[in-house]
Amino acid sequence: MKFGVVVSEGPYTHQAADSAYLFVKAALDNGHEVPRVFFYHDGVNVATRLSVPPQDERNIQENWTALAKDHDVDLVVCIAAAQRRGMLDENEARRQGKTADNIAEGFRISGLGQLIEMGIQTDRLVTFGD
Amino acid sequence: MTTKKFLYVNRKAPYGTIYALESLEVVLIGAAFEQDVSVAFLDDGVFQLTKGQDTGEIGVKNFSPTFRALGDYDVTKLYVEAESLAERGLTKDDLQDIQYEDEDDDYAEKPSIIIVNRAEMADVMADQDVVLSF
Amino acid sequence: MSTLHTVNKSPFATQALLSCLNHCKDGDAVLMIEDGVYGGVSGTGMASMVEDKMKSVTLYVLSPDLSARGIDAARLIDGIQGTDYAGFVELVAKHDRTQNWL
Repeated sequence: MKFGVVVSEGPYTHQAADSAYLFVKAALDNGHEVPRVFFYHDGVNVATRLSVPPQDERNIQENWTALAKDHDVDLVVCIAAAQRRGMLDENEARRQGKTADNIAEGFRISGLGQLIEMGIQTDRLVTFGD
Repeated sequence: MTTKKFLYVNRKAPYGTIYALESLEVVLIGAAFEQDVSVAFLDDGVFQLTKGQDTGEIGVKNFSPTFRALGDYDVTKLYVEAESLAERGLTKDDLQDIQYEDEDDDYAEKPSIIIVNRAEMADVMADQDVVLSF
Repeated sequence: MSTLHTVNKSPFATQALLSCLNHCKDGDAVLMIEDGVYGGVSGTGMASMVEDKMKSVTLYVLSPDLSARGIDAARLIDGIQGTDYAGFVELVAKHDRTQNWL
């Protein structure tokens, strides 16, 4: 079965990004497909490659990046939500005249249409938020 | 393209948090996909539709007029829960008048807001393919 | 046709669980995750509301979230079932849609 997953809260403050990660891993381990995870609201902050959590804590962004790489999961960060919160990829940074970008490997910035498309193309949609 | 029944569930008040605004942004973008769209307002979500919102002094954009434009995007089913209104001391008259033009009925103006009781809201929710919660 | 509902808030903090239970249909399932697991504990001010609903709805708690909060499964309301993440996945698959009460 194909699952679409939405993450709608930021990392560390809320458990949502951790719960979503464990859910996606369990789905993949049990023979399901997770073609895409969509990050919305403060969930876009999961995608920053500039976070430096203490070494004895899990690194939420790195967990997701590894999952995307190992299982070909499309990690999409909503562009409208991302721009509000200072999350930019190289292209957007250039386009907006900003001096830095911060999107980690495995994530890509795209429009809200990707969320709707995920709803259409998957069998089940699960949202992790607050 | 497959047509699915999409329900956007709004249970949060506007302005205190961004959920209401970013939910509306999803509804507007989603309209382009020509799915069967309904929007539900219950619990504090009913506060999103009230008349007379004026954000001039808090420095935040007042997005409540956008609800009146939903009809132009073919989003014409706004389910509002009667119990949620009553618990908050609201009646239908406290809500904006939101209408759409029915192209199948000589573009007659019809109300988009459908007041439902809790059991009917549960029926609406159970009749969907995709439920997105905000 | 049935729905899996998830609740991730303590019922002492928000009305998410109350609202969820008020909108469940017979045959639905409710899975309590994160702080939602506090809603599954017996002897609380919320327990009777949850127990009433269990005649028509199946209730689950996500065991890893229960353990994290130091709650022994023996303290759960009778009839509430613990499940792990694999069980969560199967519940999503088994029901026609998932509704998340955030």
